[in-house]
Amino acid sequence: MQLSDSRDIHAAPETVWAAILNPEVLKDCVPGCESMTGSVAEGFEAVVVQKVGPVKARFTGLVKLSDIIEGRSLTISGEGKGGPAGFARGGAKVALEPTAEGTRLSYEVEAAVGGKIAQLGSRIIDGFAKKMADEFFTRFQTAVEGPAPEDAPEDAPAEAAEGTEEGEQKKGWFRRLIG
Amino acid sequence: MPKDSGIGAASKRREDVRFLTGRGVYTDDLKIQAQAHAVMVRSAVAHGRIVSVDTSAAAAMPGVLAVFTGEDFKDVGGNPAGWLIKSRNGEPMREPKRPVLAHGKVRHVGDAYAAVVAETYQQARDAAQQLADDTVIEELPAIIDMKAAAADASNRVHDEIPDNICFDWGWIEDNRAAVDAVFAKAPHVTTLELVNNRLVPNAMEPRASIGEYFPGTGDYKLTTTSQNPHLTRLLVAAFVMGIPENKLTVVAPDVGGGFGSKIYHYGEEALVLAAAKKLGRAVRWTAERSESFLSDAHGRDHVTKIELACEKDGTFLAFRTETYANVGAYLSNFSTATPTFLHGTLMAGPYKVPHVYVNVKTIFTNTAPVDAYRGAGRPEATFSLERVIDKMCRELSLDPFEVRRKNFITTDMFPYTTPVGLAYDTGDYHATLDKVIQIADVSGFEMRRQASASKGKLRGMGLSTWIEACGIAPSHLVGVLGSRVGLYDAATVRVNATGNISVMVGAHSHGQGHETVFPQIVAERLGVPESAVEIVHGDTSKIPFGMGSYGSRSLAVCGVAMNKAIDKIVAKGRKIAAHMLEASEDDITFADGKFSVAGTDKAKTFGEIAFSAYVPHNYPLETLEPGLEETAFYDPANFTYPAGAYICEVEVDADTGKVDVVAFHCADDFGNIMNPMIVEGQVHGGVGQGIGQALLENTSYDENGQLLTGSFMDYAMPRADDVPFYNVDYSCQTPCTHNPLGVKGCGEAGAIGSPPAVVNAVIDALHRGGITHVDHINMPVSPGRVWQAING
Repeated sequence: MQLSDSRDIHAAPETVWAAILNPEVLKDCVPGCESMTGSVAEGFEAVVVQKVGPVKARFTGLVKLSDIIEGRSLTISGEGKGGPAGFARGGAKVALEPTAEGTRLSYEVEAAVGGKIAQLGSRIIDGFAKKMADEFFTRFQTAVEGPAPEDAPEDAPAEAAEGTEEGEQKKGWFRRLIG
Repeated sequence: MPKDSGIGAASKRREDVRFLTGRGVYTDDLKIQAQAHAVMVRSAVAHGRIVSVDTSAAAAMPGVLAVFTGEDFKDVGGNPAGWLIKSRNGEPMREPKRPVLAHGKVRHVGDAYAAVVAETYQQARDAAQQLADDTVIEELPAIIDMKAAAADASNRVHDEIPDNICFDWGWIEDNRAAVDAVFAKAPHVTTLELVNNRLVPNAMEPRASIGEYFPGTGDYKLTTTSQNPHLTRLLVAAFVMGIPENKLTVVAPDVGGGFGSKIYHYGEEALVLAAAKKLGRAVRWTAERSESFLSDAHGRDHVTKIELACEKDGTFLAFRTETYANVGAYLSNFSTATPTFLHGTLMAGPYKVPHVYVNVKTIFTNTAPVDAYRGAGRPEATFSLERVIDKMCRELSLDPFEVRRKNFITTDMFPYTTPVGLAYDTGDYHATLDKVIQIADVSGFEMRRQASASKGKLRGMGLSTWIEACGIAPSHLVGVLGSRVGLYDAATVRVNATGNISVMVGAHSHGQGHETVFPQIVAERLGVPESAVEIVHGDTSKIPFGMGSYGSRSLAVCGVAMNKAIDKIVAKGRKIAAHMLEASEDDITFADGKFSVAGTDKAKTFGEIAFSAYVPHNYPLETLEPGLEETAFYDPANFTYPAGAYICEVEVDADTGKVDVVAFHCADDFGNIMNPMIVEGQVHGGVGQGIGQALLENTSYDENGQLLTGSFMDYAMPRADDVPFYNVDYSCQTPCTHNPLGVKGCGEAGAIGSPPAVVNAVIDALHRGGITHVDHINMPVSPGRVWQAING
């Protein structure tokens, strides 16, 4: 299955780009991700638990970043083996372009499954993949922009409210990284 | 006054008592001491090169006794195709080896490339998963679409077969030019492109096998879900494992449905035997439902272009077809016969059409093997014919009933040789058409249509007529057509000393009701109660021989063999009676269970004769052997040709596309009827499967070769509320002329005749409802497809 969409992120392209290359961000953004370790150059080892229809499985596999054009676009691809559940593989071509508000992130996702998931879950696989992609990029957007103001934790540091680029970043993934 | 026993009585199915009370004994019910459990390791990809299989971790897991891979079987024989088909250019079909376990490459999702045997099923499963994790398979592009497969020589299911074509068959090739010439100058030509959808057989009982090896004698025993244990023995013994037939017993106990899928020998049967020998223990395997979906031989899967040339008044001049038939990844045992001689030879239907040419290209793809499924080739032929005729009637504004009448072979024309090589011995196609018009109350249709319209539904009526060649035999003919086996059958009638009777038959009952019907014939012939007769089947160590049950052949071939054995029993009984009654054998008559001296009141009962045969104190021992047991083999002179006419009425909801079958009427000619209740049951089941194919069942592989309809959540089987109450008539009876019982076979009829009736009814409903741009919808005619056709 294939789908494509785009999102407008209130952050500068270089901030978005840095987030994409960060395994911690990816880990937080991949729904059901239990662990993600590795590097951009060597790829990331990922463990993801997901339920597709009646099949729940722990997928282990490698996530690779390729076709990297610094600051502009890359391809994220992965293939995971889910034991008795079969396998899943997919990729997203991600492109960034600067806009007045920040960055437009557009993506084309391709996904395929095999084995028992395909046998038992095919009816819902398209919807599932769309939901996964939506959730990933929503989380990613949140991670980069920080939560919406009403969701902001009460003990948020004062400087985060300044609305600067750095403040936005600190509310999100950056803040958690530095504790 | 209906009879209450014997031929023609509606005797109740005695086997149902055990089936309905949970007392049947199926393969998986058998527990054998020290049994071990096998689990197959199956490919999750449709096409791939096996790079490495590391068995070490799996072999070291708890309880694991043995691990097998394709490497272990690379030197044993392959599972062969039973029919050799030649291409139009005279070349023999391409026959790739079908190994016990895939070796080198995996060729469909579910292709088993390894197996694990362990103490418990759970241990075997765990180890099988480990083995799968430790296997590296380099995925190759899947070959799914037949026409693309034939066009692309670079991607191959079997590396040695460049264009993925098994054969390109013309029937009858010598008629091709003449048929083309008729089309070139025909007043009207109707063309229809259609798909005969792939079906998963879905027998209620999944396949299961138990292998045993007895080191003391060197004997093997295979207990398996088979429709034909002797054929399985032949294939396992002679072709695959190299075991002498006398050292292998094959037992098929109660089997819960087959519909064709259990005719064939599968690799698991060889695997459990090899494992049993290696371990010196019984090894069992039972398919999960998922495995059945992935690895049972599927049915149908034809893409056909059919053309009909005719006069403007609807008189048929010629049929011409071009079909792509999917065989899947390997040649299953009957897979090459199904799209050819069980399909092309029926392409004249019950019509006196002078010219027919059939072309079938059989294609390898990365899908499960495809083989005979209830009807096997004949449903595909009937669907193509009846759909294109329906379309022609609409194009020329002709009445579909009248067009059929105009073209039927008439009773004065038998025996009738068709342009596709069959010799129909008898039939009365007008009679079954008249009958179905009567029982369907065709004249009242308009009123019913208006009633449906008042509910907002479009009502339509569809007609199909059908004929099949069944009672699959005769050996001399199938031999000419490419069969590598004979297709006779055999039975032994053993009269015990106390007069009760065991009959060992080569036919195998897996739902048909042989245990009820065969005793009816014995009871009628020998004048004994049905309850005194026991049918023994499904055990090669007990029965003389047999080619099994498929192709509506059990009664028409094996039943007749049994009847011949009864002839011999009667003949011997007359000799014994002549001696006991001190009369000439010529004066002995046999009727109602008594041997009598003609014109006297001197008589001996059948029981007395039987007792005398086993306690031969007063017996002509110098000229006659004691005992009363006779065996007969029977090889018919021809196929049998049952035929019939079906009418389906549907209601279509034009807003949602939902089709409801609201009435289904069958008028069939099965020749003589042995048990009307069983005939009705067979027709009900066949029509149910036909409606399933027409409206619900679809086997969908995605472009990567993943089976998307791999469970009952996605593969829609017909349920009780999807089918109407059937109206079944079998009073038109033209007895088969070449077997003494006059029987033709009824097992496949419903599945052959019903799909076109359903689709014709849907198209009729749309046209009557003013939706005239739709002239065909491919099966399954699902709500989505109907809606799209209406709105597209």
